Amino acid sequence: MDISYIILIPIIPLVVFLLLGIFNQKIKPGISGYVGVFGLLASTTLSFYAAYQYFFVYGKVDGVFQTFSEKTVWMNFTDTLHIDMGILVDPISVMMLVVVSVVSLMVHMYSRGYMKGDEGYTKFFAFLSLFTFSMYGLVLATNLFQIYIFWELVGVSSYLLIGYYYTKTAAIAAAKKAFIVTRFADFGFLIGILIIGFYTGTFDFETLNNPEGSVILNWAATSFMGLSVITWALILIFIGGAGKSAMFPLHIWLPDAMEGPTPVSALIHAATMVVAGVFLVARLFPMFYFVEDGFALNIVAYVGAFSALFAAIIAITQTDIKRVLAFSTMSQLGYMMLALGVSGYEGHEGVGYMASMFHLFTHAMFKALLFLGAGSVIHAVHSNYLKDMGGLRKYMPITNITFLIAALAIAGVPPLAGFWSKDEILVAAFEHNKLIYYVGVFVAGLTAFYMFRIYFGIFWGKERTYDHKPKESPLSMTLPLIVLAFLSVTAGFIPFSEFVTADKAGFEAHLNYPLAAVATGVGLIGIVLAWIFYKNENSLSDRYAKAFGPLYKWASDKFYFDEIYMFVAKKILFKRVSEPIAKFDKKYVDGTMVGIGNKTVLTSKKIKGIQSGKVQDYAFAFIAGVVVLALVFIYLWPN
Amino acid sequence: MDILSLFIVVPVLTILVLVFTRNLKQARLVSVVGSLVQLGMAINLVFAYLKERAINSDIMVFTKDVVWFEQFNIHYTIGVDGISVALLLLTAIVVLAGVFISWKMYDLPKEFFISLIVLSIGVYGFFISIDLFTMFVFFEIAVIPMYLLIGIWGSGPKEYSAMKLTLMLMGASAVLLVGILGIYFNSNADGGALTFNILEIAKANIPFEVQKLFFPLTFIGFAVIGALFPFHTWSPDGHASAPTAVSMLHAGVLMKLGGYGVFRVAMYLLPEGALHWSWIFIILSVIGVVYGAFSAIKQTDLKYINAYSSVSHLGLVLFALLMLNKTAWNGAILQSLSHGFMTALFFALIGMIYSRTHTRDITKLGGLLKVIPFISVIYVIAGLASLGLPGFSGFVAEMNIFVGAFQQEGLFMRIATILSVSVIVITAVYILRVVGIMLMGPIKNESYLTLEKVTWYERFGILLLLIPIVGIGVAPLWLSDMILESLQPFIQGLL
Amino acid sequence: MIQGISIYEILTVTTVLFFIGVYGFLTRKNLISMLISVELILNASVVNFVVINKYLYPDMLQGAVYAIFIIAVAAAETALAISIIINLYRQINSVEVKDTEVMKH
Repeated sequence: MDISYIILIPIIPLVVFLLLGIFNQKIKPGISGYVGVFGLLASTTLSFYAAYQYFFVYGKVDGVFQTFSEKTVWMNFTDTLHIDMGILVDPISVMMLVVVSVVSLMVHMYSRGYMKGDEGYTKFFAFLSLFTFSMYGLVLATNLFQIYIFWELVGVSSYLLIGYYYTKTAAIAAAKKAFIVTRFADFGFLIGILIIGFYTGTFDFETLNNPEGSVILNWAATSFMGLSVITWALILIFIGGAGKSAMFPLHIWLPDAMEGPTPVSALIHAATMVVAGVFLVARLFPMFYFVEDGFALNIVAYVGAFSALFAAIIAITQTDIKRVLAFSTMSQLGYMMLALGVSGYEGHEGVGYMASMFHLFTHAMFKALLFLGAGSVIHAVHSNYLKDMGGLRKYMPITNITFLIAALAIAGVPPLAGFWSKDEILVAAFEHNKLIYYVGVFVAGLTAFYMFRIYFGIFWGKERTYDHKPKESPLSMTLPLIVLAFLSVTAGFIPFSEFVTADKAGFEAHLNYPLAAVATGVGLIGIVLAWIFYKNENSLSDRYAKAFGPLYKWASDKFYFDEIYMFVAKKILFKRVSEPIAKFDKKYVDGTMVGIGNKTVLTSKKIKGIQSGKVQDYAFAFIAGVVVLALVFIYLWPN
Repeated sequence: MDILSLFIVVPVLTILVLVFTRNLKQARLVSVVGSLVQLGMAINLVFAYLKERAINSDIMVFTKDVVWFEQFNIHYTIGVDGISVALLLLTAIVVLAGVFISWKMYDLPKEFFISLIVLSIGVYGFFISIDLFTMFVFFEIAVIPMYLLIGIWGSGPKEYSAMKLTLMLMGASAVLLVGILGIYFNSNADGGALTFNILEIAKANIPFEVQKLFFPLTFIGFAVIGALFPFHTWSPDGHASAPTAVSMLHAGVLMKLGGYGVFRVAMYLLPEGALHWSWIFIILSVIGVVYGAFSAIKQTDLKYINAYSSVSHLGLVLFALLMLNKTAWNGAILQSLSHGFMTALFFALIGMIYSRTHTRDITKLGGLLKVIPFISVIYVIAGLASLGLPGFSGFVAEMNIFVGAFQQEGLFMRIATILSVSVIVITAVYILRVVGIMLMGPIKNESYLTLEKVTWYERFGILLLLIPIVGIGVAPLWLSDMILESLQPFIQGLL
Repeated sequence: MIQGISIYEILTVTTVLFFIGVYGFLTRKNLISMLISVELILNASVVNFVVINKYLYPDMLQGAVYAIFIIAVAAAETALAISIIINLYRQINSVEVKDTEVMKH
């Protein structure tokens, strides 16, 4: 299979970025929007072509999807270790190409309307292109270092886009926080990479992931504190993934990241960048599964399950609709992680892996739709808060319908996309770990509840007094909504298990009716509860909130994790480490050096009296010296 | 005239012409022409070197040997390998950028440019010397103009800073001289005449006892100028008082003499001593790395932030040199280059911001992205490069250092490595703090609304420094391979 | 060679003379007195030269020549010193050592 044309997919957005970035001042805003959209349209076309070629024409040989790669050495470390740059084509990378292309294209189109009139219009499209380029590079990476390189680049694109409204203090703080928290996670990731590089002698995914390869067979060769070093490396790499994917306890940056423009939240903080962590675990799945009998994978499962639950609880209490969506994203990412965590490898055993990727795919569609819908609402009412919204269904029919479709999809109502993928996840969890299964079901109910809470809050309920009469967004914004709504309905019917599986062989997936019924039932209960609480304004929700007492308060304050991190950062690192070091430097280190200087001056002041300028003093010293020397030479000098 | 001696001759000629200039216009014209010629020579040298390397497998190429002082066997011996070629190119670029940044040096322009070029002579000479004594002489030539440059054209407590800087570096030179003489007097360990020639000494087996004694002296002598903790305190004060171009040259080039000297002299000639003492210097350099970064978090003066960031970055260079393997050394050299470009760029930008706003206190600045977008955007880019973002030279260098350091087994080395890797997080904190406070946010002072836009010479100086940063970051292979190849004989000497 | 007197007696006398000169040089405050003390020292050494020449190497003349040489130099030196002192006296109206400190400044 000729894959060289795939290199164009990332190159096009890079060129667009350079073009828009360098000629930022000279390009008219209207043109830059078209440049961005058409550039991405080209990439999307190529991605679809690549997907078609791979899945239906060349990819499958003897019933197994092949891995194609092309790479070139980028930098040599030692004779054996080197960083390669290249493209790796296998089921998940092709699937991710499609996801990134579709969502990014929709967001580009949407932004033409949403960002209209903004003074940084061109800059915005430049950053979007930079991000898309980095994300393509990430999913196509052939080795750990390449993925790390693009990992950092998506991180910085995220930083730039969160801080897009750079005069807003909250945006600056959020951007900084996002970058530093993920950077902290990347610190773990990097150490993990270094460990892998040192103990296995390669960064290459194909070599590392080979189930019969020396890396996986010899995982027990070196151990550290009772665990194989490879397991440690995988745990550290997972920390990197957890940082990007906002897993507990590194999730604190994601809600704040909503300070960025809404299309950015849809693209980066819902559909693509945040799934990079899931993608990373999936990318190294054979290692996670085989090394130390899946010790690291268990950690993935529990962290994922806990994050899913934790975020869902917080999401119920938030009043900023973008934050609700952010916590929802975190919760769904936890879902994907737990699915990976409970997955096996071969055949139907690997249903968790398949389900995770499936959910990643469908979630990208309906979560992007939710964010873009929320953006449309925010565009209309100029507020993020539920209290400023209500009864909008009359004014914004398209937004209303598409939002409803997305909410139904995420709630897992058949036959929408979310139902199919969520069902597979629950099947996988049910087969491997009952505890995680129950958590999953509970979270499914919570998801339906909080999603319909904001849906009813925005589109039903009592009308507010609006400054301007809200009106439906322009076509440039509603068209992406419609496309994504269409995908949210239909994406579930893709027979994913034939395309994307852990062992790449594909299997026949069947709907597990009892489990599907339970999940759907729980989802419906959530929706009905939300109906009762929020369809019409009533005091029911307040009374229940009171009934939960402190628990409600903790949840709405996000269990004080922001405060804990702030305490560590501000009070401990700044006050107790940084400041004393700065003082120590001035007072003691510099003080010693200055002290040496001052002491020299002092000493010279003291002894300069000897140089009195009086001839007789000198003569006396001279004669005394002669006498002393004479005595020494005569009596004391040994012969 | 051979291709290397030109690096001494051309600046000397430039100075001779400068003596006859009468005003700023003439002086800067002559300096620009002189530095442009040097940059041309440096670029030419890279290609000439690559061509020569293909047919010549000596450790040093383009060598030339002239007896200078016969009695003590002191020669003017010059030659280059991939490492010095790269550093010469760095010097040429930074000097040219420095001249451009000093476009408006109204105060004694002739004398300023002469001192600047004398400094560059010292640096060029240092990088091309193979003879220890010649090297030392050039080292002194590079250090001394610093006193004048800071003392005369500086700002703030300039006499104090200049004195402190010069005295500490002179103190280090004294220690270094003892080390060099120690090497010299033991250079005939295998019989034969005493020699200062590095390549000759490397062949001799200097006894372990001697190495043990003189390695710390040589190492510290060089490392002081490379800002080794706790001998780094000259650098923040020096930078803060120095005029922009001097800060650029100082941090960008002069501080590289330390790492280069450690590598060329201490490591190469006294490898057993290096093995014996490495633990203590590893501790000091790791402290320097983390400590410099933490200090930078708390500073409010832009130049201090950068000076401490230099302590941290150059600590990484010394740390990598002590790791005693090819990958880490490659990283050390790359980090030297990368830091040279980056920090010169930073100081240039700080100079521009200072000349417009008349303050370097970040708490008084804000929202500069709106008023001077070009400078601010480049500042962000430089910051991202400094925190090791892929696509910029810093990443390439740091990854080499970390991978190289990780080749060293043992708990001590592992802890040291992990501590030094942690700097990627701390660096992000102080860089983003500056970006957040100074460039973003609301404009704090009404008068900033009418700041002067960036001028063409400033733009030129900036781009001159930015291009290599991006170039190395995007396509590091040729440079890294050129350096790796040159490291081969050194690593063999070690084993 | 003087009958009845050995070299030791003469050397004792010159040593005493020498140290009187040294003592005088260190303690006198007056420049003229110091100059006289220096003369004493010189004369002690001149006598030594002559005596040692006469007693140890009677056939040679170097000691005597040297003595004359020293006397000549001492005369020149005295002339010079006196002129300096006179000049100084004209400037500061004093020949005391401690007053000459002004020359430092």
